[in-house]
Amino acid sequence: MELSASSRLLHHPLFAGLPLATVERISLDAHNVAFEPGQVILAEGSPASTLYLLEHGKVALSAHAPGRGHVLVQTLGPGEVLGLSWLFPPYQWRFDAHAVEFVEALAVDGARLRALIEDDPVLGYQVIKRIAPLVVERLQQTRVQLLDLYGSGTNGYGNRPA
Amino acid sequence: MATVLPERALAPSRPGPFTPVVFRVLRRDQEAPDVVTLALQPGPGQPFEFAPGQFNMLTAFGVGEVPISISSSPGRGPLLHTVREVGPVTRALCRAPIGSPIGVRGPFGTDWGINDFAQADAVVVAGGIGLAPLRGAIELLLERVGLPAGPRKVVVLVGARTPDQLIFRSDLETWSSLGAEVAVTVDMGSEGWKGDVGVVTQLVRGAGFDPARSMALVCGPEIMMRFAIQALIERGVLPTSIRLRISLERNMQCGSGICGHCQLGPYILCRGGPVVTYPAASRLLSEAEL
Repeated sequence: MELSASSRLLHHPLFAGLPLATVERISLDAHNVAFEPGQVILAEGSPASTLYLLEHGKVALSAHAPGRGHVLVQTLGPGEVLGLSWLFPPYQWRFDAHAVEFVEALAVDGARLRALIEDDPVLGYQVIKRIAPLVVERLQQTRVQLLDLYGSGTNGYGNRPA
Repeated sequence: MATVLPERALAPSRPGPFTPVVFRVLRRDQEAPDVVTLALQPGPGQPFEFAPGQFNMLTAFGVGEVPISISSSPGRGPLLHTVREVGPVTRALCRAPIGSPIGVRGPFGTDWGINDFAQADAVVVAGGIGLAPLRGAIELLLERVGLPAGPRKVVVLVGARTPDQLIFRSDLETWSSLGAEVAVTVDMGSEGWKGDVGVVTQLVRGAGFDPARSMALVCGPEIMMRFAIQALIERGVLPTSIRLRISLERNMQCGSGICGHCQLGPYILCRGGPVVTYPAASRLLSEAEL
């Protein structure tokens, strides 16, 4: 038996622990989506209007770099969140995203959710409190990637270049 | 009058620790654009015993000598060394023709201690070419899964900068087919890459192991090990259950603890290392320079 949207929201780390009534309000703006492998989910520069709560499959975030094609910068999987640009101006996607595997997700209307949390600062605080750690974690991951962990110019586990 | 030497004086003697034994290049496998695995064959009657995690000093004759980890399992075919080309000696090693001589001194240093994994979840975290010194340990651990003295399961988590820098791809598939949980991530994916993109610490967070009963082996560049170990400890793995290979960027020379070139704080790594426990190495990992 398929769980209701509100149950699935409650099971997702982003909304787990919120009052049931609140989750039910959010669930009114949620619907199921599915994407075939290779299908584009987000396109850089297009309006950001949806929060995707990934439940199955894998999504790759990428950017097109001249001469290098699509450079993949991150993959996301079940339990993770795709798309936060609906929350902040100018409400446009910053990266492309496509399904690497068959993807199932719960799509929440970002504009409606934004309006909801602006009208209800207590709910807004709860939602932002859940989104902020995601943003911080992604920032930290990006910093670690910038550190180029695997290095160059050394043999990687031996001694100095020789 | 001619002197007759006693018979025993004519018998070949075992070379000292500073004399390389000549091996021949049997095979050369290109693992990545700048990484080669050399299969080395000893001469007749030259048995070579080692434990996973140890290293040898390899000589490219006429060029120089470098410390390189052993990347094979004991008792399984030729001696394997996986070498990244970063300077004149490693360049000569990586390009050594089939049949050419390579000098081998060793084995030196401490090993991964895989006899200590009874009923533990063996969590192996490797970054880049750091998978090479772990390969022998992974293979032996997988052989022992389910045995009373063996691990309960083996989890292999591998990070690389890009897909083309990923080494031992066929081994990763083999280990997976043998029951290991294998996860791979790259920092930057290219078009066509279907695997994960992100840092290796993310794999640690999502992997299926019981932190309370896990023993972890970590190898890679020091900065990668710092972050990987942080992630392991955040998952609940005991610091005393983490072993790492800390020879990185240190300058091994004699391999016998005499010259002191590889000294890292209180440790002479060629003898007291390169494999050490995390509590022994934690302060050293965060030192800017020693």
